[in-house]
Amino acid sequence: MQQQQGNRFFFNVDWITVLIYIALCTIGFVNIYASVPPEQTTVFGFSTLYGKQLIYVITGLILGLSILLFDGRLFNVFSPFIYGGTLLLLMAVLVIGNKVAGNQAWIAIGSFKLQPAEFAKFGTALLLARYVGAFNPKFRDVKSIMIAGLIVAVPLLLIMLQPDTGSALVFLAFMFPLYREGLSGYFLLIFLGMIVLFIADFLVPTYILIIIISTIAGLFIYNNRRKQKIIFSTVLVTVFAIGYLFLIKIAYEKVLAPHQRSRIELMLGLKTDNKGAGYNVIQSQIAIGSGQAAGRGFLQGTQTKYGYVPEQSTDFIFSTIGEEWGFMGCSVVIGLYMFLLLRLVNLAERQRSTFSRVYGYSVACILFFHVFINIGMTIGIIPVIGIPLPLISYGGSSLWSFTILLFIFLKLDSNRMGFI
Amino acid sequence: MDQLFNRKYIVQGLFIVIALILLGKLFYIQIISDAAFVSAESNVLRKIYKYPARGAILDRNMKVIVQNEPVYDLMVTPNEVKPFDTLALAQALDISFEDVRKNLKKARGKSSYQATPFLKQISVQSYARLQETLYRFPGFRTQDRTIRHYPDSVGGQLFGYVKEVSPTDIEKSEGFYKPGDYKGKSGLEFSYEETLRGEKGVINTVYDAHNTPQGSYADGKYDVNAVSGERLISGIDMRIQKLGEELMMNKVGAIVAIEPATGEILSLVSSPGYDPNLLVGRNQGNNYMEFIVGNPYRPSLVRPIMGYYPPGSSFKPVDALIGLQEGVIDPNTTFFCPHYYQAGNRKIKCEHFDGSISLRRGIARSCNTYFCYVFQKLITKNGMKNQRQTYQEWRDKVAKFGFGSKLDIDMPYERKGYFYTADHYDKIYGKRWGYTNVISQAIGQGEITATPLQMANAMAIIANRGYYIKPHLIKGIGDKNLVKKEYVVKNYVGVDAKHFEPVIDGMQDAVNTSWGTAILSRIPDVVLCGKTGTVQNPHGKNHSVFIGFAPRDNPKIAIAVIVENAGYGSTYAAPIASYMIEKYLKGSVSGERAAQAEWMKNQNLLPLLIDKTKKTKLTKADSLLLKKADSTKRVKDSLRIKSATIKQTVTTKPKELKSAIIDKPVTNK
Repeated sequence: MQQQQGNRFFFNVDWITVLIYIALCTIGFVNIYASVPPEQTTVFGFSTLYGKQLIYVITGLILGLSILLFDGRLFNVFSPFIYGGTLLLLMAVLVIGNKVAGNQAWIAIGSFKLQPAEFAKFGTALLLARYVGAFNPKFRDVKSIMIAGLIVAVPLLLIMLQPDTGSALVFLAFMFPLYREGLSGYFLLIFLGMIVLFIADFLVPTYILIIIISTIAGLFIYNNRRKQKIIFSTVLVTVFAIGYLFLIKIAYEKVLAPHQRSRIELMLGLKTDNKGAGYNVIQSQIAIGSGQAAGRGFLQGTQTKYGYVPEQSTDFIFSTIGEEWGFMGCSVVIGLYMFLLLRLVNLAERQRSTFSRVYGYSVACILFFHVFINIGMTIGIIPVIGIPLPLISYGGSSLWSFTILLFIFLKLDSNRMGFI
Repeated sequence: MDQLFNRKYIVQGLFIVIALILLGKLFYIQIISDAAFVSAESNVLRKIYKYPARGAILDRNMKVIVQNEPVYDLMVTPNEVKPFDTLALAQALDISFEDVRKNLKKARGKSSYQATPFLKQISVQSYARLQETLYRFPGFRTQDRTIRHYPDSVGGQLFGYVKEVSPTDIEKSEGFYKPGDYKGKSGLEFSYEETLRGEKGVINTVYDAHNTPQGSYADGKYDVNAVSGERLISGIDMRIQKLGEELMMNKVGAIVAIEPATGEILSLVSSPGYDPNLLVGRNQGNNYMEFIVGNPYRPSLVRPIMGYYPPGSSFKPVDALIGLQEGVIDPNTTFFCPHYYQAGNRKIKCEHFDGSISLRRGIARSCNTYFCYVFQKLITKNGMKNQRQTYQEWRDKVAKFGFGSKLDIDMPYERKGYFYTADHYDKIYGKRWGYTNVISQAIGQGEITATPLQMANAMAIIANRGYYIKPHLIKGIGDKNLVKKEYVVKNYVGVDAKHFEPVIDGMQDAVNTSWGTAILSRIPDVVLCGKTGTVQNPHGKNHSVFIGFAPRDNPKIAIAVIVENAGYGSTYAAPIASYMIEKYLKGSVSGERAAQAEWMKNQNLLPLLIDKTKKTKLTKADSLLLKKADSTKRVKDSLRIKSATIKQTVTTKPKELKSAIIDKPVTNK
């Protein structure tokens, strides 16, 4: 009995996930070490980037393990407070935050800098899980969709005010857990359709798009000409789609900042700019491409070593991996992420409580968004959106928030037999 | 619930699809395309070239005749340039304010982060001045280069010139030459480019994103030191090369002197010449236009190897040799010369009247009739019907002397001369032609033309009594003094040694007896054997030609001299040859002859330039003036009369040349 007591905290923990976590953190540390300019690697000190990252990794691991010491039920109980706390931080940052590169995203506490947007993710995930777990809505009615939408939208809008579009975008990941819990697949399709139309609107003249949409709608209505309800909704969708097309044009000119516009145009290949806004992406692709199959080897990447890729230890850390470890290294990293994501979904599915399942899905999908957007950005298939590569990019806030996100789920998972 | 559980697979499927998209794009940029790899190299690597010094060229007495002089290119890296005192830089470089701006703009246009030439070939003096202030102009640095220097200021066409490579050169070299490299463009600089150029060195430096040097690439593993070009030793004797160019001053023509035993060329003069130092340095382009292209007497035509001249009477010894070898004559054969030779319905005039004339005297007196008979006998020896075949046989035998084909001298652009085959005459005359149609070749006129090099080589053959070594300028390449294989092989011409003595007797008489054609060119204590030629020239006055060798026994020098439009061979070509030979054999031209040589140097024999674009007819008065000028000149050559020009409608005034101040044609007012 005594022995069981001693093991209680770490009982049933999914150690495989912990191992992947440690592996990714190690890969991050190694590549941050490689990204630092050569003259700074001579002294191994904690003032260097990799020195600090080592502290973050160690403290992160301690943080993660100490989360396992909590009672899992606490997260359910305290989720409104955690959510509220992160909202307060998000509001605080707008007032007392430091402006870095145009974004008011950081709160400085002494020499330590905190990024509330990172922590808002698990706050939101917890409250959403609690809402779904408590009321078990099937999202067939407008009310439940509205409530879930509100939980996600509040932090999202606060982050947009910083403005940090990248972090805000990640909140769209919550669509997937809601989908899993019964939200209609049409929402995903509409979301997908909006992205497709957005891109198409830049590449094809608007009137051609309107003709195409109308034709498809016409055929669809003709096929279902007996079913009034379908005809009605199809017309509605078509009208919205066409309206959306014009909205994009207006929003594009009025809402998006010039640098965001140029990032989108660069990604779509509408313009090339090797020195200005395109510099990051071009240099990142050069670095990754020059890695070839096997990579140049640890510390041998010239693009990395001589600082050709800006933001290399943070958002563009993947370019270091690409250059020094090549296609094989990239495959290993993507493989590890995929293994982690698929495992998280499987773990989520084995939960007895809806709270844990929703939370698990949220964790997996947030990680997925980060990985997809970040890597996609470094290889030029997504416009430059400044969000970190989970567990690998340099930065304490990001590392810790992912650690908390992940280890809360591991704790919930270890309690999967109990009720939360 | 089951239905919702299936949504797990949709989410997981999405994860996998996205992962595959990422891997697909990675596979493309990392494995399929190598564009990124190339860009990465050019991102970080900057190559700084170290240019080697070109090899020096020495003459046969080991005197340096081509050497190097240091110069400096001012390079600029535009994005390292900070605002600077433009005026101060302009002053330091001795260029205009606008030039500084213009050059900087040009450099910016090429590359902003690579060093590009701002001003090329700054002299040592300017460099010394510049160096004191260079620290005030960040982004500028100097690059060491060397340029050619020719201490004797002669031999322009012989040495050729060195110039920055053109885009065509780069393309042709398949990447060996890079922009900014230098390359020999003509003369020896061209033919021995591979020996002279040396190997370029390179220092690979790694640069970071801020264009700050980060040290050597791979610890200098790929760095290469510059290797200087190899030395060349030429057969040229600078003493007579210089004398030759002085003697040919203000004359159009060529001199080629060969050492018969080795085939080494002792002197190769093309006139008008130019100072090779003009085609060095920053004014190369301008000087080229002014002195080479702008000279109406076309110095770019390297007359010793490119000029076509009918050999004229100087061809007669070859005629005689083949006649002797074929047995159609023997040393005692005589022909009757009635002051002309009757070929069918044509008469070929002879300049003298000797009656019955022997071989020896025929050569000494340059008897046209004698050699027409020899030619007639050669072509008709197998009967009248086989003339075509015998002509071809004769032509092949003459061709062995080097006529009608290149002698493979180690200089570019050598030409082979005209020497028609029987086939060619078939085209002109149909099948029915005989010796009378081609008789003018007997006396070296008509269709046959030869370069001065071929004529000198023919003399080398006679001096050697039957063989030649291909004439060449370079006798030692590099420290091992290698020589090209083809320049040691003896080429026999198919005439037995015994047949040479009668011919040489005649040539000796031509110079050394009272009845010879070149008696004024005798050299004290040296037996000079030679043959004058007065070559009819359809375009103007006769060319003055002399070919010869000396001394008779164990000859040291064979020579051909051509002075265009100068009249008799004995008047100009023969004396010039004799001064050259005397200088070579004795070290100097002595006694009275020294003064004669000086006189010769001062002769202006530049032909009048007829403006071909204007079809003006010579009025009678004009032609009379011209004739008078000629005759006056011939009589009072030594007086150097100054006088007014004749009317501009007739002639264009030759452009004033730096090396040649042209005497105006003389008129009596």
